[in-house]
Amino acid sequence: MLAHLPVLQVILPLVAAPSCLIIRKSGLVWLFTFLVSLAALTVSALLLQQVIDSGVISYHLGGWDAPWGIEYRIDILNAWVLLIVSALGTVVLAAAHTSIRRELEEGQQILFYTLYLLCFSGLLGIVATGDVFNVFVFLEISSLSTYALIALGRDRRALWAAFQYLVMGTVGATFLLIGIGFLYMVTGTLNMQDLAARLPAIGTSTTVLAAFAFILVGICLKLALFPLHLWLPNAYAYAPSVVTAFIAATATKVAVYLLIRFTVSIFGVDFSLSVLPLQHLLIGLGLLGVLTASVVAVYQMNIKRMFAYSSVAQVGYMIVGIGLGTAAGLQATLLHLFNHALMKGALFLALAGVVYRVGSANISAFRGLGRRMPWTMGAIVIGGISLIGMPLTAGFISKWYLISAAVDSSHWLVALLLVAGSLLAVAYVWRLVEAAYFHSPETPDKPADEAPLSLLIPTWLLALANLYFGVDTRLPLAVTEMASRTLFGGAL
Amino acid sequence: MELLVDIALLGLLLVTAVAIAWARDLLAAVMLAGIYGLLSASFFMVMGAVDVAFTEAAVGAGISPLLMLATLSLTGRFQAGTDTRRVLFSLSLVILVGALLVAATLDMPAFGSPEAPAQQHVAPRYITESMNEIGIPNIVTSVLASYRAYDTLGEVVVIFTAGLGVLALLMSLPPQGEPVRGELLSPMRGHRILRVIGKILIPPILVFALYVQFHGEYGPGGGFQAGVIFAVGFILYAMLFGLDVVARVVSNAVVQVIAAVGVLLYGTVGLLGMLTGNNYLDYRDLAGDPVTGQHIGIIAIELGVGITVASVMMLVFFVFSGQLAGRRAG
Amino acid sequence: MLVAALYNYWIVIALMMIGLFVVILGGNLVKKIIGLNIFQTSVFIFYISVGKVDGGSAPILTEGVELYSNPLPHVLILTAIVVGIATTALALALAIRIKQAYGTIEERDIQTRDSQC
Repeated sequence: MLAHLPVLQVILPLVAAPSCLIIRKSGLVWLFTFLVSLAALTVSALLLQQVIDSGVISYHLGGWDAPWGIEYRIDILNAWVLLIVSALGTVVLAAAHTSIRRELEEGQQILFYTLYLLCFSGLLGIVATGDVFNVFVFLEISSLSTYALIALGRDRRALWAAFQYLVMGTVGATFLLIGIGFLYMVTGTLNMQDLAARLPAIGTSTTVLAAFAFILVGICLKLALFPLHLWLPNAYAYAPSVVTAFIAATATKVAVYLLIRFTVSIFGVDFSLSVLPLQHLLIGLGLLGVLTASVVAVYQMNIKRMFAYSSVAQVGYMIVGIGLGTAAGLQATLLHLFNHALMKGALFLALAGVVYRVGSANISAFRGLGRRMPWTMGAIVIGGISLIGMPLTAGFISKWYLISAAVDSSHWLVALLLVAGSLLAVAYVWRLVEAAYFHSPETPDKPADEAPLSLLIPTWLLALANLYFGVDTRLPLAVTEMASRTLFGGAL
Repeated sequence: MELLVDIALLGLLLVTAVAIAWARDLLAAVMLAGIYGLLSASFFMVMGAVDVAFTEAAVGAGISPLLMLATLSLTGRFQAGTDTRRVLFSLSLVILVGALLVAATLDMPAFGSPEAPAQQHVAPRYITESMNEIGIPNIVTSVLASYRAYDTLGEVVVIFTAGLGVLALLMSLPPQGEPVRGELLSPMRGHRILRVIGKILIPPILVFALYVQFHGEYGPGGGFQAGVIFAVGFILYAMLFGLDVVARVVSNAVVQVIAAVGVLLYGTVGLLGMLTGNNYLDYRDLAGDPVTGQHIGIIAIELGVGITVASVMMLVFFVFSGQLAGRRAG
Repeated sequence: MLVAALYNYWIVIALMMIGLFVVILGGNLVKKIIGLNIFQTSVFIFYISVGKVDGGSAPILTEGVELYSNPLPHVLILTAIVVGIATTALALALAIRIKQAYGTIEERDIQTRDSQC
């Protein structure tokens, strides 16, 4: 069975999804989905162990050799991302039962779990595969299920957000398809390894340049890289609470992974970052994203929307890391990928608890919440300080690595602006803390009214993870260092 | 000759596309989109892509306009005007993207050249070896059902996902008005001639679907096309005799389960590959010799495709027309 | 020479751009969906053109035929067509819901209605 781990990672949730429709009882379906995602988590942990021990794993689907068949290729980079996606997917799912029962109608619940599993396997499939067209197929599985999941939100604006996302996402996917077509045209192959081997010989033909541009724009639409982020805030704000937690913690991470995979592994660092002025473009857009989105976040009334803008800003940090074009920068990005998933997972799950009890995520709903929901607010505060990047939290580690990477490559101004971004994060997190602890509630005498344990435990699990990985950094540091070293190979 | 047909078709496509962009009347735009689908199917035919032509004709000129028409009758036929600033913005963006694309073509291998890299590296093996390795004449079927069967599994899952998404979106609506009586659901119920023709046509359509399903190894066809045709048979029946009559035969819940079974069938055949000691979706040891094994595997997964496609198409149509019925009654 | 070699791709690019134009221009949601359809279908036409081999016949093995069109783009596009119709169906379902929730499917009206509340 161990030999089949790469495909089991994706196939387990993929085959389990239709089974949900046959089980037909919402409680049972939840339990079943949860067990499946636990299994996927186990698989990803084993995979990471295997890759660390014995290097790249290649799995030939259908028994056909690449490039004729489709290959799954697990190296340290995607093993890491697989672990992040399946871990966060599982924790969010643990909390889903309670929140979904409150936010969705009876008939929709089974469909919710089915779509959740489909999205989960779609995301895992994008990460695991070594074939560019297969990326497109699994991208569409995850995208279509995400549109439907967002549209399940109760507010009618969820529908409009889902539609906008659908149009942007489809245009992005079609751009990706155009880029893949161009690559196929000049190389005759779809396999990533094979592409990486054949592209240098072709050099800088306009076809390859255009392929690169279209793939880049396509991914950045998915990634919500500033200024292509317009679909994201509303989608996060109006989707059902657990859906927001899920996509905020996983979907953008997968898009960042794709960006790294295409720019660094397939096109190669030499081509991506030196032939084009891409280095400046990525750093510029990343920083612009960090600053603009953080400023906009400060003025949001809806807290889900506020953290959505903060996600756009955090994506900016990751892009700057790639743009620096050094192994250290890439390592910072990979660290932040993990840490940001922990932060946003904790924050959005805590918000799910608030919505569960208070019924709203507006800033006014947070007045006096520190006394009414001490545990939930506690988790939000931990997530918040990790977001700011205070020492002893996971957020500090990735910010520290990013800023040192910028300083090392003498991007002083970049380092300075990154710090400024963190200060803006202080501003928007502080608003929330102020409302929760320094304002009296609208109805002062209400007793403590905590979120149910089934929500609180997953939330705190992630909140504690933010603290734990702020202190014991062995695993993420070792893995990301290994990944960035291998990716840069002899290039630097 | 071929060149002339090619240019003529491309010209027609261009005219149709411009007409669609121009049309204010959405009904006209949908009809033109159907024509666009048919024209591109003809173009695929000229290019020798018979399977693709078949599929595009069924989807682009069949299912897709049908769903759009159903939507239009709920959302209204005419669109409002557009403001000029938006037009200028869109135009400049599109010209920019188009210019990039044209620049990309300058380094491309010539159209139709057998020496192009795309024709050289991976594809020749499918043409020269598929007969020995898979043993069926239709190379497209060999590639999609065996060499790249995993993509096809993904494709089935995509269509399944869309079906569930549509269901999740439209099922949750509050019931509108009274329960609907039959004739509201079937505008053509009163037409005796249509009903007689329909009764005569529907059995051959279903038989044809089965033919397409199992003949995909030898000629154009396969699970997807068969599934669409099969669903069309039912849809036609529903249009002529009423949705309630069809619903008596197959309820929404049953169709959902059948759709799931199709995906499961595909997924399980893949797992059988693992049980026989090979990789996922490797059929070679499903029977005594590898070629027979490939045959069995391909037939089984194509069946899975057909089942899921047919049931999702029916599901989507039922849900859409349920909306229509709800509105007419309300 | 250049024109003879590339005319096909240029027309296909024009088709793609018309589709994309309709999507970006937007206004009516169903029109946007039609635009997406045109855009995607044109990309399919591009792929199939890539697989064209002069004098090649349809990729179904027959006695005595040596030259075939490239089957791989055909397979990819079969998958992409299915993905396309799946997206269309979901988008149309969303449009129906939006009509019921907002009373309109004109982009501008939806946005004004959202900013009012």
